[in-house]
Amino acid sequence: MEATKAQVTGTLVGEISRIPGGERIRLCIQCGTCSASCPNANRMDHTPRKLIAMARAGMREEVLSSNSMWLCASCYLCTVRCPREIKITDIMHALECLSVRENVSSARTLTPTMYRSFSDFVYSIGSVPEPSFMILFYLLTNPLRAMRMIPMAFSLLTHGRMSIKARRLKPEAERQFKAILDKAEELGGI
Amino acid sequence: MKYYTYFPGCSSSDGGAKAYGMSTEAVARALDVELIELEDWNCCGSTPYTSVDELASFCSSARNLALAEDKGLDLVTPCSACYVILSKTNSYLKEYPELRAKVDEALAAGGLEYHRTIKVRHLLDVFANDIGFDEIASKVKRNLGGLKVAPYYGCQVVRPGPSFDDPESPQSLDRLIECLGAEATPFPLKARCCGGSLIISEEDLALGLIRKLLDSASSNEAECIATVCPLCQTNLDVYQGRVNKKFKTSFKLPVLFFTQLMGLALGIDGKTLGLEKCIVSADKVLAKYVEI
Repeated sequence: MEATKAQVTGTLVGEISRIPGGERIRLCIQCGTCSASCPNANRMDHTPRKLIAMARAGMREEVLSSNSMWLCASCYLCTVRCPREIKITDIMHALECLSVRENVSSARTLTPTMYRSFSDFVYSIGSVPEPSFMILFYLLTNPLRAMRMIPMAFSLLTHGRMSIKARRLKPEAERQFKAILDKAEELGGI
Repeated sequence: MKYYTYFPGCSSSDGGAKAYGMSTEAVARALDVELIELEDWNCCGSTPYTSVDELASFCSSARNLALAEDKGLDLVTPCSACYVILSKTNSYLKEYPELRAKVDEALAAGGLEYHRTIKVRHLLDVFANDIGFDEIASKVKRNLGGLKVAPYYGCQVVRPGPSFDDPESPQSLDRLIECLGAEATPFPLKARCCGGSLIISEEDLALGLIRKLLDSASSNEAECIATVCPLCQTNLDVYQGRVNKKFKTSFKLPVLFFTQLMGLALGIDGKTLGLEKCIVSADKVLAKYVEI
């Protein structure tokens, strides 16, 4: 089955190069400017430079199940410095999407669940009410950790920085938004 | 009077960065800038949506662009995350015909079309380049008297670009601060990352980044930090206590939106600017220079 899947989807590097922003991945000269610029590379399973090398070497599973792209904060420093003009941040986003789609996201980082909780709100109401989003995230990860957040939440509340009520679009606008996203879903990804 | 379509973003409209929205609107009025809020805008999707479902994220962002096209005005947002997502969508729809075809098809399902005529702008760009430093300086009613401010740009306002300022050593906020009578301190980490939303999922990692920023600002004798992004403000202000606890530091640096500083200089009262919403209070520092 795996072989069939690889035949259908092609190689990892081929897939990335077809995604907007990923087309220059084959031009990487492995200089390591990206890794040296990345504020979070030291916590990644594989640095950005190595991740690109592994993707090109066809190490699909190792790449997609690593924590590397989930520690990318999208600061784009690697992207503006890359001498080959490779959009490394975009490649990180593409790897995240692939790892979600194939359900192999690293269990050693909470970022996939956090992103998922955020995106679920975007999809369902077109806006992200911060308290509800945080509560959902903690319920899905570790409700006990939420206890630590109570003093902070209280402080935000007393400083007028927490709205309990979510901003809602007008019903017809919400329907329109959903129709667009459902169509996007039907089109089957980028 | 200058007119723009306004995209506040979730955080500045009614979220944790409400003070950003409040001060943005007050300052715009004082500068004869009319910000017309985009009706029924939806969340830009920010980094999370892009990282989970890229096509859906482009489509949700494109809906905002399509809605804005009716008016034909530049679309301005004070949020760096909204800015990077909306402008990336805008330029990718021009650059990648295959993506455009899919997005067009999805928009059509909602009865919309987007002809790619809109320009996406960050509020800092609009104030610095459309209004201009001289015009702002001429409207200053309360000179900020040498208040030492670390100009913090963060990442997404200047990167990936091409943008209105240098991607690594931007200057527009420095100049804006100076035209209010304040002093922009040297700030080597001015365009470095605060960790963004990773503060939620990877707190230890983000606290380390925030510490470096606070350290860089305070070692250059800044009395406060000015930011142009809701997420940066939240991380540096709300999590400052956690940084102090974790690293046994004693930072007490107020973190203000640049629009709050502008508002003070333009004579707007502190309440209208949402100054009391800072977790690390700015009152003491500001009181040395201006009446709040």
